Order: sequence, then C-alpha cells, then structure tokens
Amino acid sequence: MTHAAQSPAVTLPRTWGNRLTIFGWFAFLFLIGSQVLAIAISPPDRDMGDLQKIMYVHVPAAWMTMLAPLTVLVFALRYLWRRREEDDLLAAAAAEVAVAFAGLTLMLGMLWARPTWGVWWTWDARLTSTLVLFLILCGYLALRALVDDREQRAQWSAAVGILGAINVPIVYMSVRWWRTIHQIQSSPSTVDPAYVIGLRLNAFAFLFVMIYLIRRRYEAALIERAAEHAIESAALGKGGTDRG
Amino acid sequence: MSLRHDWRRARAIAWKDLTAERRSKAGFNSVVALAVTILAMFGFALGPDAQAIRDAAPGAIWLAVLFAGVLAFNRSYQVELDGGALEQLILYPGGRRAIFAGKLLANFAFVSLMLVIVIAVGIVLFQVTIPSAWPALVGIVICGAVGLVTLGTFYAAMASRSRAREVLLPLLLFPMLVPVLLAAIEATKALLGGNIMSDAGAWARLLVAFDVVFLVATFLAFESVIEV
Amino acid sequence: MVIPTSSSLAIDASDIARRFGASWVLRGVTLRLSPGEVVGVLGVNGSGKSTFLRILATLIKPHAGTALVCGHDIAREPEEVRAQIGYLAHTPGLYDDLTARENLIFAAAMLDRDERGVDAILERVGLLAYASQPVRGFSSGMQRRLAIGRLMLIRPKVLLLDEPYSNLDSGGLDLMNSLISEWVDAGAAALVVLHELAPAADLLDRTVTLQDGRAATKPAMHSDPAGIPLAASGR
Repeated sequence: MTHAAQSPAVTLPRTWGNRLTIFGWFAFLFLIGSQVLAIAISPPDRDMGDLQKIMYVHVPAAWMTMLAPLTVLVFALRYLWRRREEDDLLAAAAAEVAVAFAGLTLMLGMLWARPTWGVWWTWDARLTSTLVLFLILCGYLALRALVDDREQRAQWSAAVGILGAINVPIVYMSVRWWRTIHQIQSSPSTVDPAYVIGLRLNAFAFLFVMIYLIRRRYEAALIERAAEHAIESAALGKGGTDRG
Repeated sequence: MSLRHDWRRARAIAWKDLTAERRSKAGFNSVVALAVTILAMFGFALGPDAQAIRDAAPGAIWLAVLFAGVLAFNRSYQVELDGGALEQLILYPGGRRAIFAGKLLANFAFVSLMLVIVIAVGIVLFQVTIPSAWPALVGIVICGAVGLVTLGTFYAAMASRSRAREVLLPLLLFPMLVPVLLAAIEATKALLGGNIMSDAGAWARLLVAFDVVFLVATFLAFESVIEV
Repeated sequence: MVIPTSSSLAIDASDIARRFGASWVLRGVTLRLSPGEVVGVLGVNGSGKSTFLRILATLIKPHAGTALVCGHDIAREPEEVRAQIGYLAHTPGLYDDLTARENLIFAAAMLDRDERGVDAILERVGLLAYASQPVRGFSSGMQRRLAIGRLMLIRPKVLLLDEPYSNLDSGGLDLMNSLISEWVDAGAAALVVLHELAPAADLLDRTVTLQDGRAATKPAMHSDPAGIPLAASGR
C-alpha cells in the first residue's frame, strides 16, 4: 500500500557538484584578471582612443558566438546518433548561452559603432552575420518553446540545430561578399601586436565562462527533468487497482 | 523498397497535392494575390521615384514571394492534418523520403508559377528593363526557388504541427534563407545592370552550393521529423 | 494450458503505458492475440482505447512496456509492423478535394498495388455511383465506407479497427462484419475498439475492458473462457 504523504523519490543526475562552483569562480576571476590586464597594458588606439578597450569584450564574445553553434551541432548530432535525452539538453543549453553571447556581441558592436561612425548599426559583414546567427538561434529556441512533446521536441531541435549550424559559414560568406560589392567600411580588425596578448587572454577567459554557463544551464535542465520523471513515476504508481 | 516504387510514391504525392490545390480554388489564387499585393505595398513604400523603385525591384520581388510562400508551405501540410490523413501517409510502407520528394515537387511547381506571375507584375510595376542575359536570370531564379522550396517544405513539416505555426515558420525559415536572398537579389541586380558574369557567376555558384547542401541535409533529416 | 510463444502471436503487448503531460492514460496494458482471433476493446471515453490502438499501429510510442506485432517489435521495427497491419482510424484520413476513386488510386500508388482494382473495391463498398465525386460532399458514413475500401487494398495480418461501426447504416454494418470475417478466415487477427457490443457481438471471441489504464478480460458470452491467460489485475 502506498503512503499518501510520501514524496516521490528523485534520482539525482550526475553533476559536477561543487567542482562546478569552483570552476565558475575560477572562470570569472580569470575573466576579471584578463580584462584588467588587457586594459592596463594596452596603449590607447591612435584613432579610437580608449574606446578600443571595448574590443576585449566584443571580440572574444564574437569568437564564442562562433564556437557555440558548433557546440550545438555536435550535441545535436550526438542526440540523433544515440537518442539520449542528455544530449538534447546539452544542445539546448549551448543554444541559450549562444544567444546570450550573440546578443552581447551585437550590443557591444553597436556601442562601438556609435562613437566611431556616428550610427548605431553598420551593415558590417561580421556584425550582420552575428545578427543572422542570433535570429537562427532565436528560431531554434522558439521551436523548443512551442513544441510540448518531449521526444518530438528533441528530434526537431536536433534537425533545426544541425541545419542552422551548417548554414553559419554559408551565411558568413554571403554577407561578406555582399559587403565587398557595396564597399562599406568594416569594423577595423585588430592587427597591432600590442593588442594580441590581451585578446588571447580574454578569449580563454570567455571560453571558460562559456563552458561554465553551458554546464550550469545543462545541470539545471537535468534536475528539472529528474523532477519531471519522479512526478510521472509517482503518478503511474498511484491510482487504479494494485499491481503485483 | 525499390527506387521505382519510391518514384511512384513521390509522383503520387505530388499529383495529389497539386490536384487538391487546383480543386480547392482558394489556395493558389489567394496566395498569388497576396504576393502581388505585397509587391504593390513595396511600391508604395519605396516609390514613386522611378530609380529608387527600379533598384529595389529584385528585393521586393523575392520578399513578396518569400512572404506568400510561407503560406503555401504551411498549406501543403494542412491538407494532411485536416482529415487526419498524415497518419495514413506515415503508415504506408516504405521510406518517408518519397513523401518529402513529392511535396518538394508540388511546392516547387507552386512557387515557380508564383514567381513567374510576380516577376511579370514586378517588371511592370517597377519599370524593370529585361536584360539581354535573361536566360542566366532564369537560371538564378530557378536555383533560388529550389533553395526556398527545400527549406520551406522541410521546416513546414514541423511548424505546421506546432503551436503558433504562422509565426514559427517565418521565424525558422527567414534567417536560414539569407544566403539565398542575398545571392538571388545580387545576381539579379548584376544581370539587370549589365554587369555580367563575374559577379553573377560567383553568386550563382553560391546558390548552387547552398541548394546541394540543403537538399542533401533535409532529405537525410526528413525521416526523423515527419514521424509523430 | 498452453501459453503461446511470442513468435506465433499476432499481438503480444506487455505493460504498455503512455501518458499525456503528467497524467497516465495507459498504466500497463497487457494483451495477447492469436491469429484468427477477434477481440473487442471496450471502455468509457478517455480510457485510452484509441491510444492503445495507435501505439500498436506504431503511430505513437509507448512510454513504458513493449509490444510485438506479428513478431516484430513496434519500437525497433516499425516498418515491418506497418507492412502487416491494417489500421482503420477514427477519422477517415481522406483528401476532401479528391474524388472517391482518386483517393483509392492514391492509396494504391502508395501501396504499390495495381490501380485497376479500385473500381471493384468501390463497388464492394457501395460507392461506385459516387466514384467521381469529391469526398468533401460525402456523409460520414460514406467516408467510413471509403476508408474501409482503402483497407481492402492492404492484405493485413493484423486488423486494428477504431470504432469501425460508427456512422454506418445497417448495410454498412453488414459490409464491415463480412469483411472482418473474410480477413479472419484468411488468418488475420482483429482488435476492434467498440463503443457498444451489439454490432460485433457475433464476431467477437472475447472482450477486453480498459479501466484506469489497465485491461480486464471478460470472455464474450458464447465463447469458452478456458485457455486465455491474460489481464494485469491481480497478477
């Protein structure tokens, strides 16, 4: 006989636990350190002055924005191959973090453009590609929000995620050609070696932060899923005639 | 299942979709009317200066087809969902790829016909002069249509069965079609401006690459997407 | 008492469970059918009868449990299962803008059957006079007859019929019953979801009632209850 007040037993998923929190601290401290270092050691740019420092956030954010869809692609492929729920949740977590980084890249790009060109937006090749990527990711997340059946959602997300990721290089190429034809100046690329160290350091910092965020989001989803499973199992056990 | 059987099935599905569409009367006519309306709206928004309109013509035409096309793609699955026919369709033995192929063919016919009409109207409304290299233009249009129909048919298989399908399909489809849009519009502009092969050729190659990549990818992925 | 081995059973379902959201419609349905058997599935609205049928038809997946249809696993070998079954759904699944004949021609093409047999089928189901009319104008009984006609294009080993008698007049009822008898005589098994026993009473070997997501078996009035080792209750 079941006890009416018994709460459902939750099997907790495997998580990194405390190690994740420690890693998170490490990632953020590393980031702060890299930012401070980069800002301190790099001289003001000839043309942009101190505005150049925004590059240390904007460029690594942009690099992560390119990396994250790759992550979604890998996890989506793995889901289609092994049909494990965890891979779907990983892909979704990666996509959410990717949207955040894409949004950050776009905003910083706009903050840079305004004092430099006097306009909020230039149809620069990289910025525009990031915008398209941002929209593709929004579509992915909208799909997940609008489909209720879990297996259907996982299957469809995987397909959409893979197609979206495949398209990223094509989008980038086409936007770049588009800009070249119309010859609008693009955001200055960073060539000066004085900036390289700062960029590299911050790139790693952002990578650590991204890994932390994806893992954190993923583990939250795992716990949600475990709770759902527990509720469903409990609902199955209750009600009707007793089973042997 | 043999390839011949698959081809028979694909043909049957294309025939069914087109016949149903033709008989329903509502479908094709209203979608084309919408496309032409959108085209006119662009004219109002961008005109009446002749040069401005002429420059905007390729963009306006493709956008009109894009917006109206979204309706067409959702409709092609609507016919299955209304009477519960989709379940029967899945139960027929053999691969689902024939279903995708059949719907691709039907949608391609639909969109091609729509493009012809919209381009004709666009040429008139936007005072476009037909270039001497117009066969190349036709080629570009066909390649663009293939890309549009491939992704549209694929995404509609999902969107039409989710909530808020009218919003979800454009949300999924439009960002993915940016390369197609840019290639088709730029190649068209190049050909219209007499600025021939180099520019248009590069865009044409991009379009073809896009079409090939996504035809293969969607065919591979369709099976897992059409199952309930 | 001989317990049939899985490979010879037409349907061998164990503990099939399925939920919608957090509530379970089916909680563990166990059911076995041998070839040549006709079993009726009863239950109130919402008891999961149609859901169970659709699971066996491989249209949806169970959230727990396994089932073999003609020896093939519904989860791992859906294509093989689909080749053996004939599923008559609650909704007819026809194309409104096509004529009756065109609907069957389409089905024949999809099944890789000869299209020339279509008119004979239309005659058998009593729709030959309406062959060239679009289905849109058909009554629900006529649509049901057309769906039955489509079923005749398949040669199923397992029939999954969801309320096949609804909307049929007495001629239609006779048609349905004679078809079921023909198929069963040829060795098919039939699982028939019913709202009421009357139309199928003579055909059924036994009935199963779905209640609270589980199956309880009662033998039909005239049949011998021995040799039917079933039901999850009390096991």
